Amino acid sequence: MKILIVDDFSTMRRIVKNLLKDLGFTNTVEADDGKTALPILQKGGIDFLITDWNMPGMTGIDLLKAVRANPNLANMPVLMVTAEAKREQIILAAQAGVNGYVIKPFTAATLKEKIEKIFERIEG
Amino acid sequence: MMNEDLLTLAKNLVAALEKGDQALADGLLDELAGLRETQLFKEIGRLTRQLHDTMVNFSVDAKITEMTEHDIPDAKERLHYVITMTEQAADQTLTAVENLLPISQTMNDQVERLASKWGRFLDREMPLNEFKAMSAEISEHFNRSRSELALVQSGLNDILMAQGFQDITGQIIRRVIDLVQDLESSMVKLISIAGRRAGADDDGQKSHELPGPVVPGVDDRAGDVATSQDDVDDLLSSLGF
Repeated sequence: MKILIVDDFSTMRRIVKNLLKDLGFTNTVEADDGKTALPILQKGGIDFLITDWNMPGMTGIDLLKAVRANPNLANMPVLMVTAEAKREQIILAAQAGVNGYVIKPFTAATLKEKIEKIFERIEG
Repeated sequence: MMNEDLLTLAKNLVAALEKGDQALADGLLDELAGLRETQLFKEIGRLTRQLHDTMVNFSVDAKITEMTEHDIPDAKERLHYVITMTEQAADQTLTAVENLLPISQTMNDQVERLASKWGRFLDREMPLNEFKAMSAEISEHFNRSRSELALVQSGLNDILMAQGFQDITGQIIRRVIDLVQDLESSMVKLISIAGRRAGADDDGQKSHELPGPVVPGVDDRAGDVATSQDDVDDLLSSLGF
């Protein structure tokens, strides 16, 4: 299981990466915005995408839309981890096809629960 | 100057009329009318400029007023929230470290004690009954280490999670910097208008289509934000998630 973590703040990427390690996912890749993430995804081999929303260059919502629009990536599970908490934004993300939505600041337990839920649905 | 021109033209016109030179009189009349028109246009131009300046002035004034009434108090609350968040993160980290240090100290002492005993055993200097006691001590050490290492693990996780403040506060501070820049450019515009220099007409576009981190007491007033993960989960499940 290879996971791509996209966030413009390196501290947040390290936190997510370490939490994933704690959950047993050691194979992670990082990108600092949608623009750098997309080529990594297109190259293939990524099984799960965790992305922030507000990033310079290309935002997480645009990245999500690009993923859903690409036939090779359309089924990729995507978890959004963001400080954006407006109801209309959450609805927008849901409409764009996000698989889970976690607002910052979050707890280790929340992230774990959402990730496990997504994997359950994939396997089930 | 203008009056002299007018007077000369008028005198020439009277002279031409007295002489009965109709063609010359017509030409002079045209010239007089033209002079009037130029003046009129100049006056309209001046008034237009004045109106434009007043309008620009007014919108800059309104912008600064809104900033002082609304954005700056908001920025203060945002910065206070940054202080709160950094304080919480520091507290959480310090608490974890304070809890972990004695654990690591006890484990260290225990290992030292057992290591010296183990050395005596390897050197065949240990009587059997002492060896039996050491075996029991080693078993106990394993049991204690297991639970103590679990505490270390969870403490390290607390420290890890506490660093999330950097992302949130970074986003909030960026917004406040943008506000300060907005305020600065408005002030510069106002000064350039006051100095009767033509100001740039293009308005700085409103930045941030994304609202960013929710600052309690500032961004949750309208009730259109999710204030907890439970809120998010409820909303998503209402959408069939």
